[in-house]
Amino acid sequence: MFEMFFFILLAVGTTITAILVIVQRNPVASAIYLIITFFCLAGIYLLLNAQFIAIIQVLVYAGAIMVLFLFVIMLLNLEKEKKIITRHRLQKGVGVFLGVILLAQIGMIFNSVLLEGGKGNFPPEKVAAMGNTEVVARLLFTDFLLPFEITSILLLVAIIGAIVLAKKQI
Amino acid sequence: MVSLSSYLILSAILFSIGVVGFLVRRNTLVIFMSIELMLNGANLAFVAFSRFLNSMDGQIFVFFVMSVAAAEAAVGLAIIMAIYRTKETVNADEMNLMKW
Repeated sequence: MFEMFFFILLAVGTTITAILVIVQRNPVASAIYLIITFFCLAGIYLLLNAQFIAIIQVLVYAGAIMVLFLFVIMLLNLEKEKKIITRHRLQKGVGVFLGVILLAQIGMIFNSVLLEGGKGNFPPEKVAAMGNTEVVARLLFTDFLLPFEITSILLLVAIIGAIVLAKKQI
Repeated sequence: MVSLSSYLILSAILFSIGVVGFLVRRNTLVIFMSIELMLNGANLAFVAFSRFLNSMDGQIFVFFVMSVAAAEAAVGLAIIMAIYRTKETVNADEMNLMKW
């Protein structure tokens, strides 16, 4: 009962702030609403018993990526757009229409097909007994070790790439 | 008890809002934010399935998606800054050097 109440509250908050992200004229306001969306999503992850992912969402997405976005927005010193749709009105209307069609299609699939798969061996009680972070860490360092190490190399490449691209002269 | 379909429909709504924002807006930074919205919609679907199928693979994958999204955001914003340095604009309509 509480779960349904919190889910509806967080889901409505997520949807409204997500829509506000894409209709704001000021990019700083869009970034702030996106941060609020990430916080609502972290709450939904807590409802889904994924505490590690919820905290990582707040730390990485809302805390690092959005701060980087705000730095760049303020560095570029953009001004408010006068209107968010200036040219190609018909094409943008078709774009919105296609987005609605996409949502309808995905919604129909999710509502009609019985979405079941093979049940794994981590029921919520077992995960809660060991702690969510410990289970994730155990899997990351045993079964998923190769993607983990490759991710570290990927982050190194991203650091080098970002610095090279943003320098005035290489 | 919230069913799996509710979480998946919320994930679809988030993804569609990201798609619409990507197609309609012309400010490159808002296009980037729509990409992050799409990624978060997919993350929500992963975590929802991980909970309802008693598996941890979804959460591990979300971990990797988040790290890749962080790397992509850093490199993409560096590209935007490099473009702004020469063209003084971030409007996607004005990046038409490759048009014939």
